[in-house]
Amino acid sequence: MSKLLIKEKEIVIPGEKIAEGMDFLPSTGTFREGESIYANKLGLVELKNHITKVVSLKGYYMPKRGDTVIGIINYIGYSGWDVNIGAPYDASLPVGEAVKERVDLLRGDMSRYFNLGDVIIANVFNVTKSKIIKLSMRDYSLKKLNGGRVIKISPSKVPRLIGKSGSMVGMIKEYTKCDINIGQNGFIWINGPIEGQYLIEKAVNLIEEKAHTSGLTDRVKQMLEEGVKNE
Amino acid sequence: MTVDVKNFRRYVIELSKKNKRADGRALLDYRKPIKIEYGISKNAEGSASVTIGKTNVVCGVKMEIGTPYPDRPDEGTMIVSGEFAAIASPNFEPGAPKENAIELARIVDRGIRESGAIDVKKLCITEGEKAWIVFIDIYIQNHDGNLIDAAALAAIAALSNAKFPKINENGTVDYHEHTEPLPIVQKPIACTINKIDGKLFVDSTADEEQVFDGRLTVTSNEEGIINAMQKGGREGFTEEELNKSVEIALEKAKELRKYL
Repeated sequence: MSKLLIKEKEIVIPGEKIAEGMDFLPSTGTFREGESIYANKLGLVELKNHITKVVSLKGYYMPKRGDTVIGIINYIGYSGWDVNIGAPYDASLPVGEAVKERVDLLRGDMSRYFNLGDVIIANVFNVTKSKIIKLSMRDYSLKKLNGGRVIKISPSKVPRLIGKSGSMVGMIKEYTKCDINIGQNGFIWINGPIEGQYLIEKAVNLIEEKAHTSGLTDRVKQMLEEGVKNE
Repeated sequence: MTVDVKNFRRYVIELSKKNKRADGRALLDYRKPIKIEYGISKNAEGSASVTIGKTNVVCGVKMEIGTPYPDRPDEGTMIVSGEFAAIASPNFEPGAPKENAIELARIVDRGIRESGAIDVKKLCITEGEKAWIVFIDIYIQNHDGNLIDAAALAAIAALSNAKFPKINENGTVDYHEHTEPLPIVQKPIACTINKIDGKLFVDSTADEEQVFDGRLTVTSNEEGIINAMQKGGREGFTEEELNKSVEIALEKAKELRKYL
Protein backbone atom coordinates (compact mmCIF):
# COMPACT_ATOMS: atom_id res chain seq x y z
CA MET A 1 0.00 0.00 0.00
CA SER A 2 1.44 3.35 -1.01
CA LYS A 3 1.67 6.08 1.55
CA LEU A 4 2.98 9.64 1.61
CA LEU A 5 4.96 10.39 4.76
CA ILE A 6 5.76 14.07 4.21
CA LYS A 7 3.28 16.83 3.43
CA GLU A 8 3.78 19.11 0.48
CA LYS A 9 5.98 22.20 1.08
CA GLU A 10 7.60 20.58 4.10
CA ILE A 11 11.38 20.77 4.60
CA VAL A 12 13.30 17.49 4.24
CA ILE A 13 16.93 16.63 4.86
CA PRO A 14 19.03 14.23 2.73
CA GLY A 15 18.05 10.62 3.43
CA GLU A 16 14.63 11.45 4.80
CA LYS A 17 11.87 9.07 3.65
CA ILE A 18 9.28 10.93 1.60
CA ALA A 19 6.95 8.14 0.47
CA GLU A 20 6.45 4.41 0.63
CA GLY A 21 5.23 2.17 -2.17
CA MET A 22 5.51 2.01 -5.94
CA ASP A 23 2.68 4.45 -6.66
CA PHE A 24 5.02 7.41 -6.23
CA LEU A 25 7.78 8.29 -8.66
CA PRO A 26 11.12 9.97 -7.93
CA SER A 27 12.41 12.97 -9.88
CA THR A 28 14.92 15.80 -9.17
CA GLY A 29 16.18 15.73 -5.62
CA THR A 30 14.74 12.32 -4.79
CA PHE A 31 15.68 8.66 -5.38
CA ARG A 32 14.13 5.25 -4.92
CA GLU A 33 15.62 2.54 -2.76
CA GLY A 34 13.65 -0.64 -2.36
CA GLU A 35 10.03 0.43 -2.32
CA SER A 36 10.55 3.84 -0.70
CA ILE A 37 11.46 7.27 -1.98
CA TYR A 38 14.09 9.34 -0.17
CA ALA A 39 15.31 12.92 -0.49
CA ASN A 40 18.88 13.45 -1.60
CA LYS A 41 19.11 17.13 -0.78
CA LEU A 42 17.86 19.71 1.68
CA GLY A 43 14.78 21.48 0.45
CA LEU A 44 11.02 21.66 0.12
CA VAL A 45 8.93 18.74 -1.10
CA GLU A 46 6.78 19.29 -4.16
CA LEU A 47 4.16 16.88 -5.49
CA LYS A 48 2.69 16.69 -8.96
CA ASN A 49 0.59 13.69 -9.96
CA HIS A 50 2.46 11.25 -7.73
CA ILE A 51 5.83 12.54 -8.88
CA THR A 52 7.91 13.65 -5.92
CA LYS A 53 10.45 16.42 -6.21
CA VAL A 54 12.70 18.28 -3.78
CA VAL A 55 13.41 21.93 -4.55
CA SER A 56 16.50 23.20 -2.78
CA LEU A 57 16.23 26.30 -0.61
CA LYS A 58 19.40 27.81 -1.93
CA GLY A 59 22.03 26.99 -4.46
CA TYR A 60 23.77 27.69 -7.70
CA TYR A 61 21.90 28.09 -10.91
CA MET A 62 22.04 25.05 -13.15
CA PRO A 63 21.43 26.15 -16.74
CA LYS A 64 18.78 24.42 -18.82
CA ARG A 65 18.27 24.70 -22.54
CA GLY A 66 15.80 27.46 -23.39
CA ASP A 67 16.21 29.49 -20.19
CA THR A 68 16.28 33.25 -20.56
CA VAL A 69 19.09 34.54 -18.41
CA ILE A 70 20.75 37.81 -17.50
CA GLY A 71 24.53 37.78 -17.65
CA ILE A 72 27.52 40.01 -17.13
CA ILE A 73 30.40 40.00 -19.62
CA ASN A 74 33.41 38.50 -17.90
CA TYR A 75 35.98 38.11 -20.64
CA ILE A 76 36.43 39.17 -24.25
CA GLY A 77 37.83 36.44 -26.43
CA TYR A 78 38.91 36.24 -30.06
CA SER A 79 35.53 35.25 -31.45
CA GLY A 80 33.12 35.66 -28.57
CA TRP A 81 32.58 36.50 -24.94
CA ASP A 82 32.53 34.67 -21.64
CA VAL A 83 29.48 35.56 -19.59
CA ASN A 84 28.88 35.23 -15.85
CA ILE A 85 25.35 33.87 -15.46
CA GLY A 86 25.67 32.80 -11.84
CA ALA A 87 26.27 29.16 -12.78
CA PRO A 88 29.32 27.22 -11.58
CA TYR A 89 30.71 27.55 -15.12
CA ASP A 90 30.98 30.61 -17.33
CA ALA A 91 28.78 30.59 -20.40
CA SER A 92 30.16 31.41 -23.80
CA LEU A 93 28.53 33.70 -26.30
CA PRO A 94 29.93 33.33 -29.82
CA VAL A 95 30.02 36.44 -31.96
CA GLY A 96 27.75 34.89 -34.60
CA GLU A 97 24.97 34.40 -32.06
CA ALA A 98 25.24 37.91 -30.71
CA VAL A 99 25.86 40.38 -33.52
CA LYS A 100 23.74 40.67 -36.63
CA GLU A 101 26.26 42.42 -38.83
CA ARG A 102 29.39 40.86 -40.34
CA VAL A 103 32.38 41.21 -38.03
CA ASP A 104 35.97 41.18 -39.20
CA LEU A 105 37.61 39.25 -36.40
CA LEU A 106 41.11 40.23 -37.45
CA ARG A 107 40.49 43.95 -37.34
CA GLY A 108 37.28 44.40 -35.40
CA ASP A 109 37.32 45.51 -31.80
CA MET A 110 35.05 43.12 -29.91
CA SER A 111 34.53 45.53 -27.01
CA ARG A 112 32.66 47.74 -29.48
CA TYR A 113 29.71 45.36 -29.14
CA PHE A 114 29.99 44.18 -25.54
CA ASN A 115 32.58 45.43 -23.11
CA LEU A 116 33.64 43.99 -19.75
CA GLY A 117 30.93 44.49 -17.13
CA ASP A 118 28.16 45.01 -19.69
CA VAL A 119 24.82 43.44 -18.85
CA ILE A 120 23.05 41.32 -21.46
CA ILE A 121 19.87 39.31 -21.65
CA ALA A 122 20.32 36.06 -23.56
CA ASN A 123 18.95 32.60 -24.14
CA VAL A 124 20.62 29.33 -23.10
CA PHE A 125 21.12 27.73 -26.48
CA ASN A 126 22.79 24.51 -25.43
CA VAL A 127 24.27 22.81 -22.37
CA THR A 128 26.55 19.86 -23.08
CA LYS A 129 27.19 16.94 -20.77
CA SER A 130 30.55 18.40 -19.79
CA LYS A 131 28.73 21.64 -18.88
CA ILE A 132 29.83 23.82 -21.75
CA ILE A 133 27.11 26.49 -21.83
CA LYS A 134 26.34 28.23 -25.10
CA LEU A 135 24.26 31.40 -25.19
CA SER A 136 22.35 32.92 -28.05
CA MET A 137 20.89 36.38 -28.63
CA ARG A 138 18.98 35.73 -31.85
CA ASP A 139 15.70 37.31 -30.83
CA TYR A 140 14.43 40.86 -30.75
CA SER A 141 13.96 40.73 -26.97
CA LEU A 142 17.52 39.58 -26.32
CA LYS A 143 19.82 42.55 -26.13
CA LYS A 144 22.31 44.56 -24.18
CA LEU A 145 20.80 46.28 -21.14
CA ASN A 146 22.01 49.84 -20.76
CA GLY A 147 22.13 51.64 -17.43
CA GLY A 148 20.53 50.20 -14.30
CA ARG A 149 22.17 47.50 -12.27
CA VAL A 150 21.98 43.82 -11.44
CA ILE A 151 20.91 42.35 -8.11
CA LYS A 152 20.67 38.70 -7.17
CA ILE A 153 18.09 36.30 -5.78
CA SER A 154 18.28 32.55 -5.26
CA PRO A 155 17.32 30.90 -8.59
CA SER A 156 14.88 28.64 -6.76
CA LYS A 157 12.95 31.72 -5.63
CA VAL A 158 12.52 33.26 -9.07
CA PRO A 159 8.98 31.80 -9.47
CA ARG A 160 7.91 33.47 -6.22
CA LEU A 161 9.38 36.79 -7.34
CA ILE A 162 7.43 36.64 -10.61
CA GLY A 163 4.25 35.41 -8.92
CA LYS A 164 1.19 33.89 -10.57
CA SER A 165 1.19 35.15 -14.18
CA GLY A 166 3.52 37.97 -13.20
CA SER A 167 1.40 39.38 -10.35
CA MET A 168 4.24 39.95 -7.89
CA VAL A 169 6.66 41.58 -10.32
CA GLY A 170 3.81 43.64 -11.77
CA MET A 171 2.99 44.98 -8.34
CA ILE A 172 6.62 45.84 -7.62
CA LYS A 173 6.89 47.64 -10.97
CA GLU A 174 3.77 49.65 -10.22
CA TYR A 175 4.90 50.84 -6.80
CA THR A 176 8.54 51.56 -7.63
CA LYS A 177 8.15 52.93 -11.17
CA CYS A 178 11.20 50.93 -12.23
CA ASP A 179 12.01 48.64 -15.12
CA ILE A 180 12.62 45.06 -14.03
CA ASN A 181 14.02 42.19 -16.05
CA ILE A 182 14.25 38.83 -14.32
CA GLY A 183 16.53 36.08 -15.58
CA GLN A 184 15.84 32.44 -14.82
CA ASN A 185 19.30 32.38 -13.23
CA GLY A 186 18.28 34.70 -10.40
CA PHE A 187 19.95 37.82 -11.80
CA ILE A 188 17.56 40.75 -11.78
CA TRP A 189 18.24 43.85 -13.81
CA ILE A 190 16.58 47.00 -12.49
CA ASN A 191 16.56 50.53 -13.80
CA GLY A 192 14.70 53.64 -12.74
CA PRO A 193 14.55 56.21 -9.96
CA ILE A 194 17.04 55.62 -7.17
CA GLU A 195 14.32 55.36 -4.49
CA GLY A 196 12.59 52.69 -6.55
CA GLN A 197 15.78 50.69 -6.94
CA TYR A 198 16.28 50.84 -3.21
CA LEU A 199 12.73 49.60 -2.60
CA ILE A 200 13.10 46.75 -5.09
CA GLU A 201 16.21 45.52 -3.34
CA LYS A 202 14.33 45.53 -0.05
CA ALA A 203 11.40 43.66 -1.60
CA VAL A 204 13.71 41.08 -3.18
CA ASN A 205 15.43 40.49 0.15
CA LEU A 206 12.02 40.04 1.79
CA ILE A 207 10.98 37.49 -0.85
CA GLU A 208 14.32 35.70 -0.47
CA GLU A 209 13.79 35.36 3.28
CA LYS A 210 10.08 34.58 3.36
CA ALA A 211 9.62 32.70 0.08
CA HIS A 212 8.36 29.57 1.84
CA THR A 213 5.63 31.33 3.83
CA SER A 214 2.08 32.01 2.74
CA GLY A 215 0.66 35.51 2.35
CA LEU A 216 3.87 36.69 0.76
CA THR A 217 2.19 39.04 -1.71
CA ASP A 218 0.38 40.89 1.07
CA ARG A 219 3.56 41.25 3.04
CA VAL A 220 5.48 42.64 0.07
CA LYS A 221 2.59 44.98 -0.73
CA GLN A 222 2.59 46.32 2.81
CA MET A 223 6.34 46.88 2.69
CA LEU A 224 6.13 48.70 -0.64
CA GLU A 225 3.30 50.92 0.56
CA GLU A 226 5.27 51.95 3.60
CA GLY A 227 8.36 52.51 1.49
CA VAL A 228 6.52 54.77 -0.96
CA LYS A 229 5.01 56.74 1.92
CA ASN A 230 8.36 57.37 3.52
CA GLU A 231 9.88 58.85 0.40
CA MET B 1 28.68 39.83 -3.00
CA THR B 2 27.38 41.92 -5.77
CA VAL B 3 28.02 40.62 -9.26
CA ASP B 4 27.57 43.91 -11.03
CA VAL B 5 30.41 45.98 -9.61
CA LYS B 6 30.41 48.69 -12.26
CA ASN B 7 26.75 49.68 -11.88
CA PHE B 8 26.71 49.13 -8.12
CA ARG B 9 29.33 51.84 -7.72
CA ARG B 10 27.15 54.30 -9.57
CA TYR B 11 24.20 53.34 -7.37
CA VAL B 12 26.21 53.84 -4.16
CA ILE B 13 27.34 57.27 -5.32
CA GLU B 14 23.76 58.28 -6.22
CA LEU B 15 22.46 57.12 -2.85
CA SER B 16 25.25 58.82 -0.91
CA LYS B 17 24.11 62.19 -2.23
CA LYS B 18 20.96 61.61 -0.15
CA ASN B 19 22.99 60.47 2.87
CA LYS B 20 21.76 56.92 2.31
CA ARG B 21 23.36 53.51 1.95
CA ALA B 22 22.37 50.37 0.06
CA ASP B 23 21.27 48.71 3.31
CA GLY B 24 19.32 51.70 4.61
CA ARG B 25 21.85 53.23 6.98
CA ALA B 26 23.15 56.79 6.97
CA LEU B 27 26.75 57.30 5.82
CA LEU B 28 28.17 57.54 9.34
CA ASP B 29 26.18 54.75 10.99
CA TYR B 30 27.58 51.47 12.23
CA ARG B 31 25.51 48.35 11.75
CA LYS B 32 23.61 47.55 14.91
CA PRO B 33 23.78 45.80 17.23
CA ILE B 34 27.50 45.16 17.61
CA LYS B 35 27.83 42.01 19.68
CA ILE B 36 30.85 41.01 21.75
CA GLU B 37 31.02 37.60 23.39
CA TYR B 38 33.78 36.87 25.87
CA GLY B 39 35.47 33.60 26.75
CA ILE B 40 34.24 31.57 23.80
CA SER B 41 37.29 29.29 23.73
CA LYS B 42 38.12 27.28 26.81
CA ASN B 43 41.66 26.41 25.68
CA ALA B 44 42.74 30.00 25.13
CA GLU B 45 43.90 32.27 27.94
CA GLY B 46 41.39 34.81 26.70
CA SER B 47 39.02 34.97 23.76
CA ALA B 48 36.28 37.04 22.23
CA SER B 49 33.98 37.01 19.25
CA VAL B 50 32.80 40.22 17.61
CA THR B 51 29.78 40.43 15.33
CA ILE B 52 29.10 43.54 13.28
CA GLY B 53 26.21 42.91 10.93
CA LYS B 54 27.11 39.69 9.16
CA THR B 55 30.83 40.10 9.82
CA ASN B 56 32.11 37.76 12.49
CA VAL B 57 35.66 37.80 13.85
CA VAL B 58 37.04 35.52 16.55
CA CYS B 59 40.17 36.33 18.50
CA GLY B 60 42.12 34.11 20.89
CA VAL B 61 45.01 34.94 23.20
CA LYS B 62 47.60 32.28 24.01
CA MET B 63 50.65 32.77 26.24
CA GLU B 64 54.01 31.09 26.35
CA ILE B 65 57.24 31.58 28.28
CA GLY B 66 60.19 32.73 26.18
CA THR B 67 63.36 34.76 26.46
CA PRO B 68 63.03 38.55 26.21
CA TYR B 69 64.81 40.49 23.49
CA PRO B 70 68.43 41.37 24.48
CA ASP B 71 67.81 45.12 24.13
CA ARG B 72 64.69 44.91 26.30
CA PRO B 73 65.54 42.41 29.01
CA ASP B 74 62.74 43.48 31.35
CA GLU B 75 59.85 43.33 28.89
CA GLY B 76 57.57 40.64 27.55
CA THR B 77 56.40 40.70 23.97
CA MET B 78 53.36 40.17 21.78
CA ILE B 79 52.69 38.76 18.32
CA VAL B 80 49.53 39.32 16.29
CA SER B 81 48.57 37.05 13.43
CA GLY B 82 45.52 37.09 11.21
CA GLU B 83 43.87 34.33 9.28
CA PHE B 84 41.12 34.65 6.68
CA ALA B 85 39.29 31.34 6.84
CA ALA B 86 38.19 30.14 3.41
CA ILE B 87 34.66 29.65 4.75
CA ALA B 88 34.32 33.39 5.39
CA SER B 89 34.03 34.55 1.79
CA PRO B 90 34.11 33.14 -1.75
CA ASN B 91 37.13 35.37 -2.37
CA PHE B 92 39.29 33.84 0.37
CA GLU B 93 41.42 30.83 -0.38
CA PRO B 94 43.09 28.36 1.95
CA GLY B 95 46.83 28.45 2.40
CA ALA B 96 49.43 30.82 3.77
CA PRO B 97 48.10 34.27 4.80
CA LYS B 98 47.85 36.65 1.87
CA GLU B 99 48.60 40.34 1.76
CA ASN B 100 45.19 41.34 3.19
CA ALA B 101 45.57 39.04 6.22
CA ILE B 102 49.07 40.32 6.92
CA GLU B 103 47.94 43.94 6.62
CA LEU B 104 45.04 43.32 8.98
CA ALA B 105 47.30 41.73 11.60
CA ARG B 106 49.78 44.57 11.33
CA ILE B 107 47.15 47.27 11.78
CA VAL B 108 45.81 45.52 14.89
CA ASP B 109 49.37 44.92 16.15
CA ARG B 110 50.34 48.55 15.70
CA GLY B 111 47.27 49.78 17.54
CA ILE B 112 47.95 47.61 20.56
CA ARG B 113 51.71 48.13 20.56
CA GLU B 114 51.80 51.90 20.05
CA SER B 115 49.03 52.65 22.52
CA GLY B 116 50.87 50.63 25.16
CA ALA B 117 47.73 48.60 25.75
CA ILE B 118 49.62 45.86 27.54
CA ASP B 119 51.98 46.82 30.35
CA VAL B 120 54.87 44.78 28.90
CA LYS B 121 57.08 45.29 31.99
CA LYS B 122 54.64 43.18 33.98
CA LEU B 123 55.01 40.31 31.49
CA CYS B 124 58.62 39.81 32.59
CA ILE B 125 59.19 36.92 34.99
CA THR B 126 62.98 36.94 35.45
CA GLU B 127 64.90 39.83 33.95
CA GLY B 128 66.87 38.84 30.87
CA GLU B 129 65.82 35.21 31.10
CA LYS B 130 62.10 34.62 31.18
CA ALA B 131 59.15 36.62 30.00
CA TRP B 132 55.64 35.96 28.70
CA ILE B 133 55.03 36.04 24.96
CA VAL B 134 51.44 36.94 24.15
CA PHE B 135 50.05 35.48 20.91
CA ILE B 136 46.98 37.24 19.58
CA ASP B 137 45.39 35.15 16.85
CA ILE B 138 42.60 36.62 14.75
CA TYR B 139 40.28 34.42 12.71
CA ILE B 140 37.80 35.83 10.25
CA GLN B 141 34.73 33.61 10.41
CA ASN B 142 32.46 35.55 8.08
CA HIS B 143 33.30 38.46 5.84
CA ASP B 144 30.79 41.19 5.26
CA GLY B 145 33.12 44.14 5.29
CA ASN B 146 34.86 46.26 7.92
CA LEU B 147 37.16 43.46 9.06
CA ILE B 148 39.76 45.82 10.51
CA ASP B 149 37.42 47.45 13.02
CA ALA B 150 35.95 44.10 14.01
CA ALA B 151 39.40 42.49 14.36
CA ALA B 152 40.80 45.34 16.46
CA LEU B 153 37.74 45.22 18.68
CA ALA B 154 38.00 41.43 19.02
CA ALA B 155 41.72 41.67 19.87
CA ILE B 156 41.28 44.17 22.67
CA ALA B 157 38.22 42.32 23.98
CA ALA B 158 40.14 39.04 24.05
CA LEU B 159 43.11 40.70 25.76
CA SER B 160 40.94 42.16 28.51
CA ASN B 161 39.41 38.71 28.93
CA ALA B 162 42.82 37.00 29.23
CA LYS B 163 44.36 35.68 32.44
CA PHE B 164 47.90 34.54 33.22
CA PRO B 165 48.30 30.75 33.29
CA LYS B 166 49.73 29.34 36.51
CA ILE B 167 53.48 28.65 36.70
CA ASN B 168 54.33 25.47 38.62
CA GLU B 169 57.17 25.35 41.12
CA ASN B 170 59.39 23.41 38.73
CA GLY B 171 59.01 26.14 36.10
CA THR B 172 56.48 24.49 33.79
CA VAL B 173 53.20 26.15 32.87
CA ASP B 174 49.83 24.79 33.91
CA TYR B 175 47.39 25.94 31.25
CA HIS B 176 44.39 24.57 33.12
CA GLU B 177 44.67 27.03 35.97
CA HIS B 178 44.72 30.76 35.62
CA THR B 179 45.71 33.46 38.07
CA GLU B 180 45.36 37.23 37.66
CA PRO B 181 44.16 39.09 34.55
CA LEU B 182 46.61 40.50 32.01
CA PRO B 183 47.84 44.05 32.73
CA ILE B 184 45.74 45.98 30.18
CA VAL B 185 46.19 49.72 30.68
CA GLN B 186 44.79 51.11 27.43
CA LYS B 187 42.00 50.05 25.12
CA PRO B 188 42.74 51.22 21.58
CA ILE B 189 39.81 51.25 19.15
CA ALA B 190 40.21 51.20 15.39
CA CYS B 191 37.77 53.00 13.12
CA THR B 192 37.98 52.65 9.36
CA ILE B 193 36.72 55.37 7.06
CA ASN B 194 36.06 54.55 3.42
CA LYS B 195 35.88 57.08 0.66
CA ILE B 196 33.70 56.73 -2.41
CA ASP B 197 33.64 59.64 -4.85
CA GLY B 198 34.63 62.17 -2.17
CA LYS B 199 32.04 60.94 0.33
CA LEU B 200 33.16 59.43 3.62
CA PHE B 201 31.60 56.24 5.01
CA VAL B 202 32.12 54.16 8.12
CA ASP B 203 31.51 50.44 8.56
CA SER B 204 31.29 49.48 4.90
CA THR B 205 29.81 46.16 3.82
CA ALA B 206 31.66 43.69 1.59
CA ASP B 207 29.74 45.05 -1.40
CA GLU B 208 30.81 48.61 -0.68
CA GLU B 209 34.40 47.55 -0.14
CA GLN B 210 34.46 46.27 -3.71
CA VAL B 211 33.83 49.77 -5.05
CA PHE B 212 35.56 52.20 -2.66
CA ASP B 213 38.37 54.54 -3.70
CA GLY B 214 40.32 54.85 -0.47
CA ARG B 215 40.36 53.70 3.11
CA LEU B 216 41.85 55.16 6.26
CA THR B 217 42.05 53.39 9.61
CA VAL B 218 42.55 55.51 12.70
CA THR B 219 43.27 53.82 16.02
CA SER B 220 42.78 55.95 19.11
CA ASN B 221 42.80 55.43 22.85
CA GLU B 222 40.43 56.54 25.58
CA GLU B 223 41.83 60.07 25.80
CA GLY B 224 41.34 60.56 22.08
CA ILE B 225 45.03 60.30 21.26
CA ILE B 226 45.78 58.75 17.86
CA ASN B 227 47.98 55.68 18.21
CA ALA B 228 48.10 54.34 14.70
CA MET B 229 46.93 55.07 11.19
CA GLN B 230 46.81 53.05 8.02
CA LYS B 231 45.87 54.16 4.54
CA GLY B 232 44.68 51.73 1.88
CA GLY B 233 43.02 51.75 -1.50
CA ARG B 234 44.09 53.44 -4.69
CA GLU B 235 42.98 57.04 -4.15
CA GLY B 236 44.42 59.60 -1.76
CA PHE B 237 42.78 61.76 0.89
CA THR B 238 42.94 65.54 0.70
CA GLU B 239 43.96 67.48 3.79
CA GLU B 240 40.37 68.45 4.44
CA GLU B 241 39.15 64.88 4.07
CA LEU B 242 41.90 63.64 6.34
CA ASN B 243 40.98 66.08 9.11
CA LYS B 244 37.33 65.17 8.76
CA SER B 245 38.14 61.44 8.81
CA VAL B 246 40.12 61.77 12.01
CA GLU B 247 37.29 63.71 13.59
CA ILE B 248 34.77 61.01 12.59
CA ALA B 249 37.08 58.21 13.76
CA LEU B 250 37.52 59.74 17.22
CA GLU B 251 33.77 60.25 17.51
CA LYS B 252 32.96 56.70 16.39
CA ALA B 253 35.65 55.20 18.67
CA LYS B 254 33.71 56.58 21.65
CA GLU B 255 30.61 54.84 20.38
CA LEU B 256 32.43 51.52 19.85
CA ARG B 257 34.06 51.71 23.27
CA LYS B 258 30.65 51.40 24.91
CA TYR B 259 30.30 47.86 23.63
CA LEU B 260 33.48 46.65 25.37
